[in-house]
Amino acid sequence: MNKNPYSSHTDADRAAMLQRVGIKSVDDLLTAIPKDALRPKLGLPTGMSELEIQAHLESLAAKNRNAGAGPFFLGGPVQRRYIPAAVPVLALRGEFLTAYTPYQPEVSQGTLQSIFEYQSLICELLAMDVANSSMYEGGSAVAEAAFMAVRTTGRKKVVIASEVYFEFRRTVRTYARGPDLEIVEVPTRDLASAAEGAACLIVQHPDAFGGLVEVRRIADAAHAAGALCIQVTEPHANALLEPPGALGIDIAVGEGQPLGIPMSFGGPYLGILACRFGLVRQMPGRLVGETRDAHGMRGFVNTLQTREQHIRREKATSNICTNEAIAAITAAVYLALMGPEGLRAAARLGVAKAHALAHRLSALPGCSVSTDGDFFDRFALRVPRLAAGPEGSGYALRNALLVDNVLVEATAAHYGDRDDLVIQCTEMTTDAEMDALVAAIESIAASIRETVTAR
Amino acid sequence: MTVRTQVIPESGVKTAVPALEPLLLEIHEEGRAGRHVRGGEDADAQIPAAFRRRAALSLPELTEPQVVRHFTHLAQLNYAVDTGMYPLGSCTMKYNPKINDRVASLFADLHPRQPQSTVQGALTLLAELETMLAKLTGMDAVTLQPAAGAQAEFTAILMFKAYHQKRGEGAKRRRVIVPDTAHGTNPASAAMCGFEVTTVKSDARGNIDLASLKTALGDDVVGLMLTNPNTLGLFEERLREVCEAVHAVGGLVYGDGANMNALLGVARPGDLGFDCIHINVHKTFSTPHGAGGPGAGPLCVKEPLRGFLPKPWIVRDEQGRYHLDTARDDQPPAGLGDSIGRVRTFLGNFGVLVRAYTYMRTLGEEGLAEASNDAILAANYLLAQLRDSYDLAFDRPCMHEFVLSAARQKKLGVSALDVAKALIDEGFHPPTVYFPLVVPEALMIEPTETEPRETLDAFAAAMVRIAERTKADPASVKAAPKNAPLARLDEVTAARNPKLKWQRPT
Repeated sequence: MNKNPYSSHTDADRAAMLQRVGIKSVDDLLTAIPKDALRPKLGLPTGMSELEIQAHLESLAAKNRNAGAGPFFLGGPVQRRYIPAAVPVLALRGEFLTAYTPYQPEVSQGTLQSIFEYQSLICELLAMDVANSSMYEGGSAVAEAAFMAVRTTGRKKVVIASEVYFEFRRTVRTYARGPDLEIVEVPTRDLASAAEGAACLIVQHPDAFGGLVEVRRIADAAHAAGALCIQVTEPHANALLEPPGALGIDIAVGEGQPLGIPMSFGGPYLGILACRFGLVRQMPGRLVGETRDAHGMRGFVNTLQTREQHIRREKATSNICTNEAIAAITAAVYLALMGPEGLRAAARLGVAKAHALAHRLSALPGCSVSTDGDFFDRFALRVPRLAAGPEGSGYALRNALLVDNVLVEATAAHYGDRDDLVIQCTEMTTDAEMDALVAAIESIAASIRETVTAR
Repeated sequence: MTVRTQVIPESGVKTAVPALEPLLLEIHEEGRAGRHVRGGEDADAQIPAAFRRRAALSLPELTEPQVVRHFTHLAQLNYAVDTGMYPLGSCTMKYNPKINDRVASLFADLHPRQPQSTVQGALTLLAELETMLAKLTGMDAVTLQPAAGAQAEFTAILMFKAYHQKRGEGAKRRRVIVPDTAHGTNPASAAMCGFEVTTVKSDARGNIDLASLKTALGDDVVGLMLTNPNTLGLFEERLREVCEAVHAVGGLVYGDGANMNALLGVARPGDLGFDCIHINVHKTFSTPHGAGGPGAGPLCVKEPLRGFLPKPWIVRDEQGRYHLDTARDDQPPAGLGDSIGRVRTFLGNFGVLVRAYTYMRTLGEEGLAEASNDAILAANYLLAQLRDSYDLAFDRPCMHEFVLSAARQKKLGVSALDVAKALIDEGFHPPTVYFPLVVPEALMIEPTETEPRETLDAFAAAMVRIAERTKADPASVKAAPKNAPLARLDEVTAARNPKLKWQRPT
């Protein structure tokens, strides 16, 4: 009886194999391993049947509160979006999911053409010249874009707007410890005047608070100072907003999860990285290109591989090898199914709901929208002061709302002094969820007023 | 599957091969659309004119039936573990259990910014996975953040840098040592951390050359990056001496865990002298490779490195509840301390880690040990069948993989690449070729434990047939593949004149 249910060997197979090798036991092959270290007791649990493991995982999952289980307004780089039924059916087919990196193109055209389509679709969406075949996820994609700018300009100062997602900024700071880069954070409004001596300016549009940013002015300032301009973008926003390629952006990066990929508590996701053609040899990661086979038929291959670690080793543009190919294929399927009208509709619904909700919430006593200027599909809400203390009023209100099963983000400690809530809407946001949020904040605000009056 | 007929130019022979698929752009017609989401037209008025998209949004317009056929046909052009044996050396293309995919979907609807009280099940799973990986590797602490092996390498070398800086030796320690058999990611990761790379050669038995290593060592060394078993499929015979030599000059030893499938229950890297090791869960723990990714690269470290691990950390309180130490529900975030900080936006490739957790729990300690045993046995069994037909770089028992050389075939005009392409016509995915770099015409073969004996026999027979054909009719080997969707592709032109996206007809 096999202890590993996925082993294909019977004991008779093993006996025959040992005989063919000419040994009595596998241990005869392990003479290079120090005796005192051989076959340790690990202290791991014993195995389970498929039925048992399914039940065990269900019991763990039951300790979570799913996004769809109540009013839900979290978002930012990761968004609860509608995933058409055909997306996982196609993208998770075994022929895609269980293939390796397409190093043998003759038997990998499914992967290669799908990735080529992904690169093409991202270029259309962002109006950029070249998109690579994926980075790990948004934050590390921003860091790799900054590295591209450092290599291109020979400068070591990276200027990043403080309205870029805090998780992205922190990831950039970690990466910067490698080549010892100087990281400068300034508010978006001061970005243009901080370009002197910088390798790049990094702007997010729409920003972490949903704010719309005049990107072209920042890109112009970067270029005047000999720096590159990197925009952190979001896929759906590009259906309605002028895309990075039309704003003078050199490198566009972002989190691609909203393109049909489940939220899955942090990953796997899709790092989008696209640039203008002149920077292609500084790009990290794989690129798929079109070519012909020996009979003249069109086909696709990994190309410009002299940038990559398996060829260039320490001189490579990045160490990335395994990427997020299946997520890129997922995004290609999603974009093909949604089409331009479907993508616009999803984006518009988020915008419409966010503005309707902002209108209602800012009518509540003590509440006001605190995003600078116009916003897209999320907004910051300044809220009444709930309690004194280091956690701030936004944090306290977030926790009060949690008691009502309503999930919102608090910005405290992540964006300087800003102590707000951020409320994200998408096409998934329902009227009932919006009613519940308004009612919950209204009742909490009322109870504060009563407390204050009682004092 | 739709097929097309292809005529082989030199012989005039007709073969049936899978039909190619047009590009999405080529099946687009204006006005075609599905109706997955609709509405919201009044939103445009909320966006000031200056910000609105003026550039055309020319995504293809297609119906759902078209899209389904398109990607189904594309999928059918792929070779995959689900379709056949995939003996890529150093990639561990074992079977990917379907239960792992299904249970991952139980956690699909969780947002990474959710308050921790609402994700206790997910945090419990991660904490238990950390514990299991620590026990398996003989290490003391684990981060699950890295998205892949290469990101784990980068994470670890950043930690080494922080470790030396804290000891006041940051300025002088500038060199990372890698053997000449190392994966390309190793030197690339070291370079991303601002370090110089010193390459050390291998000895006559396929080990890192100890004398050369000692010559290369000095007090300017950050550490050594070592894969064990190495990429020749060989266990380092003087491993402890190697690690001791690095430690003697104050350096640290990084374990590249790409070949961990040989060591489950066989030996713990923590008992052998390594200061840390990463795990490629998409190799060792059966998570699907996804046509190139995602993977996950948990990094397991010894106690002295714990404080430098990326944050946030998952911590357990007295009530048995799990928290992230930088973002408690009930407290403001803590500082980073010695931690290098986060290496990605959120906690890790959770959907991949669920699959790895499920695999480990399904097999259990005894099943994991059996997996490595069977993997080692399968590799040696194949090697026994192939050693007469191909050259063997180092004649020692292998671990879970081995490296052949087609140098003998090369003299007859047939290269490792030709052998690889001929295997495609035999119905197999080729092995890894031209790696490791120290073996000329390398063919690196890793069968894994999940291929049945009859498949191993069929693969060996195919390899032997190709070796025989090389002697009798080398031109036929060089003309392969004939039965694949495409013949050999022109990679030179692809790189010289890059076409990296579709071109609209003008």
